[in-house]
Amino acid sequence: MTLRDRSPATPEGAHQASSGGDPVLRLHNIEVIYDRVVLALRGVSIEVAEGTIAALLGPNGAGKSTTLKAVSGLLPTERGEISDGHIRFCDRDVTHLDAAARVRLGISLCMEGRHVFKHLTVADNLAAGAYTRGTASREDLDLVYEYFPRLVGLRRRAAGYLSGGEQQQLVIGRAMMARPSLLMLDEPSLGLAPTLVEDIFGYIARLNRELGTTVLVIEQNARQALEVAHRGYVMEQGRIVLEGSAAQLRNNPDVKEFYLGLGEHGRRKSYRDVKHYKRRKHWL
Amino acid sequence: MNVETLTTLTVYGLADGAVLALAALGFVLIYKATQVINFAQGEFLLIGGYTFYAAFVLFGLPTTVAVLFGVVVAVALGVVVERFVLRPLVGESAISVIMVTVGLAAVLRGVMQLIFGVQARQMPAVLPAGTVEVLGARLPLNRLLVLVVAAVVLIAFALFFRRSRHGVAMRAVADDQQAALTMGISARRVFAMSWALAAVSALVAGVLLADITAVTPDLVSFGLLVFPVVILGGLDSVAGTIVGGIIIGLSEQFVSGFYDPGFAQIVPFILLVVILMVRPYGLFGQVRIERV
Ligand SMILES: Nc1ncnc2c1ncn2[C@@H]1O[C@H](COP(=O)(O)OP(=O)(O)OP(=O)(O)O)[C@@H](O)[C@H]1O
Ligand SMILES: [Mg+2]
Repeated sequence: MTLRDRSPATPEGAHQASSGGDPVLRLHNIEVIYDRVVLALRGVSIEVAEGTIAALLGPNGAGKSTTLKAVSGLLPTERGEISDGHIRFCDRDVTHLDAAARVRLGISLCMEGRHVFKHLTVADNLAAGAYTRGTASREDLDLVYEYFPRLVGLRRRAAGYLSGGEQQQLVIGRAMMARPSLLMLDEPSLGLAPTLVEDIFGYIARLNRELGTTVLVIEQNARQALEVAHRGYVMEQGRIVLEGSAAQLRNNPDVKEFYLGLGEHGRRKSYRDVKHYKRRKHWL
Repeated sequence: MNVETLTTLTVYGLADGAVLALAALGFVLIYKATQVINFAQGEFLLIGGYTFYAAFVLFGLPTTVAVLFGVVVAVALGVVVERFVLRPLVGESAISVIMVTVGLAAVLRGVMQLIFGVQARQMPAVLPAGTVEVLGARLPLNRLLVLVVAAVVLIAFALFFRRSRHGVAMRAVADDQQAALTMGISARRVFAMSWALAAVSALVAGVLLADITAVTPDLVSFGLLVFPVVILGGLDSVAGTIVGGIIIGLSEQFVSGFYDPGFAQIVPFILLVVILMVRPYGLFGQVRIERV
């Protein structure tokens, strides 16, 4: 299978996932408008197969976060709405379902910027994560503490005082407490040192492998993301401009040049180059 | 000054303080979860007192049933006020929301006067009369019981916040609404719950107060003392509410007993001004954690 160029309105079902089962999540031609005027997504179609990790890549302002907010139902809190297209999760139309109901169905989101409950203890943050399942069960807590042993000693500490890396672990653990079948993470590596970034992606891979959780992750660091992901999507200006298996994307010359920083001159390209590149509309 | 007066004043002060803390608890709950300053908390207290009076005296229900009736009415009141008065105001400036709760207070007070008139109503005592002797002081049993009941209810509320699933959800929403939503915790439901619980805590305070005084429109003025209590304790601290209530209750009783009952009435407000000048976030106001 070769990498396809695709237009924004490509009909769904035109590709199969690289591994795993049927798509659990299926976005079809999603269009999102903020404040009734800002068109942030212009027909985004994405499929994530059960038990796989999908990576969503792209420059700032491409619409990556908006895509995850559309899936988790957070748009109304930011005066955004899905104006066209639909989202199916486990063969259910969830396009206009309210956010809490989606969590109960098994969709969890770790927002950009971590968003721990600063004034709550680590233990209470985890308890809040278990909200849709009633109270936090012993097994779920044990599992989280097994994944993130650092959190054990910090249980009684207010989460706001944790370091960035600890907060990121807490946020992932908190999401695990809801036992999601689809876990979405918005830039989990933001502001973390390189070794911590590797750790975070290690946790994500482990979650996926051991618990069978399907993952959709946004990442600026394409190299890191494509190492653990099975499939990747590249977004620009509200559209998916490129998609394929992680291996295909890693070897794609365009991705290499603009996202992996492996241009022919051996130096990382700046976004100015990306802009120039976009003008050629090579991918569209 | 002798031990006897001291004991008496302390018990009276603690009882007043515990009831004040209960009344103020509702205020703090609403502020913590929704950032709304509720000027109608005194009216919630009034409605609580009258609802119990109606159930207990007018309908002749047994005490426990009358209390349950009061709780149901309080919950309904809280939910309705949140749904139809506060929710449409989401996004409005803080000052407009305050003005609306001031208006709401006037409306609620007016309605109660329409129904029950302005005359004080006599209510047969629920708490047993009689006295007990403690440290040589003869203390009215009902004051002691008010203290006990208020303390038990306060502890129950505190445990609810610390431990229960909904308590955690309320604190989570107060901390970060959007993040709470990603856990499936709906802010709307939490807001409704805060208002309902505020009305219930006011009900308990109102009933206790009515039992040791009388059922009159003056119950509202007790509600005014909520402000010194919460300013003293810190607007968003449950523990602060309790300490604030006790400080206000005790200082009022001591000033009244040792100096002048008239002057005692303005002591809480003097404290309020002093606290605003030296420690505007109160004794226990939350230290905002600002690290990113
Ligand atoms: N709440 C909002 N109101 C109005 N416009 C918004 C809002 N949120 C995002 N946008 C706009 O939608 C577009 C996509 O934003 P989005 O946050 O989804 O980008 P992103 O790909 O996540 O970028 P980044 O990598 O910087 O996080 C941007 O042009 C942004 O300005
Ligand atoms: Mg983003």
